[in-house]
Amino acid sequence: MQLDALTALNAERAARRAVILVTNLDGSAQRVVREAEIAADPLADLLGQRLASGKSGLAEVDGRQLFLTVQAPPVRLVIVGAVHISQALCPMAFALDLDVAVIDPRTAFATPERFPGIDLVTLWPDEAFGGAVPPLDRYCAVAALTHDPKIDDPALMAALRADCFYVGALGSRKTHAARVARLEGAGFSQDTIGRIAAPIGLDIGAVSPAEIAVSILGQIVAAQRAPRSASAR
Amino acid sequence: MLSTETDILSTAEAWRRAGRGVALATVIETWGSAPRPIGSHLVVDAEGNFLGSVSGGCVEGAVITEGMEAIADGRARVVEFGVADETAWRVGLSCGGRIRVYVEPVT
Repeated sequence: MQLDALTALNAERAARRAVILVTNLDGSAQRVVREAEIAADPLADLLGQRLASGKSGLAEVDGRQLFLTVQAPPVRLVIVGAVHISQALCPMAFALDLDVAVIDPRTAFATPERFPGIDLVTLWPDEAFGGAVPPLDRYCAVAALTHDPKIDDPALMAALRADCFYVGALGSRKTHAARVARLEGAGFSQDTIGRIAAPIGLDIGAVSPAEIAVSILGQIVAAQRAPRSASAR
Repeated sequence: MLSTETDILSTAEAWRRAGRGVALATVIETWGSAPRPIGSHLVVDAEGNFLGSVSGGCVEGAVITEGMEAIADGRARVVEFGVADETAWRVGLSCGGRIRVYVEPVT
């Protein structure tokens, strides 16, 4: 491997951007394809599938054996609201290898006793992002669960602006309609607002907090594994 | 502390920039009960110092030797290993796996 290629891999990883290293196993060629370059690559379909799966592996192209090293940033789940559902959601998210942070400025909710071992941030979302919580990006999922627009709205706006791959918001259809009106008032387009999963979670008839947590995580996994080439904006 | 892929590739870059001979090994294919997933890395220098794992320990020695040879001759190679059944038993895997590893010098 050329040192340049290795340097590029490390730089992209540090910047939380996906990259694929394409290696001809006969040792004849090797190249780094950055996420933004995939759509224009001769192997766009193959690379897009690999990026969605997140798995490295062999491929045969024109009789040549290639190895594709997929380097995708670790997925983060930012939960807004230290509520009952969040308590069920955290351990399940850990089981899925997600990096989890919980944000809630209400210190009565966000206590270590209710969230043992969890990265708890008792700040308003706008204060948290870029400070105690790293800036949001495309490899983040954001679930707004407080039911309080003062807390949920700024988090949702930040998530939409950062193009997070998943943005979900708890609340009834009526609650969501009011939310849509507020977001439109804040200048967000209907397409952008349409990216919010609301009411949050897959429709599995979930009732208990744990069941709702399952429905949310199922929706997150589905969004994570959907081919990314279509969303490479 | 377990070395992550980040540590391994960063170490490979740092070692090379410090002027050391460096080779990178990557698991490219597995069969059966291979202990390390496809894409796992190991970095080795010309003295045999290494970080990372391609087999959970079973064939690390041989991969390190291949890495040192790749540093010496400047050529990439693909090597295949069977994981000894006895070793496989010890980690609770009865079938014995095989792995293919791509070993390349960092130039």
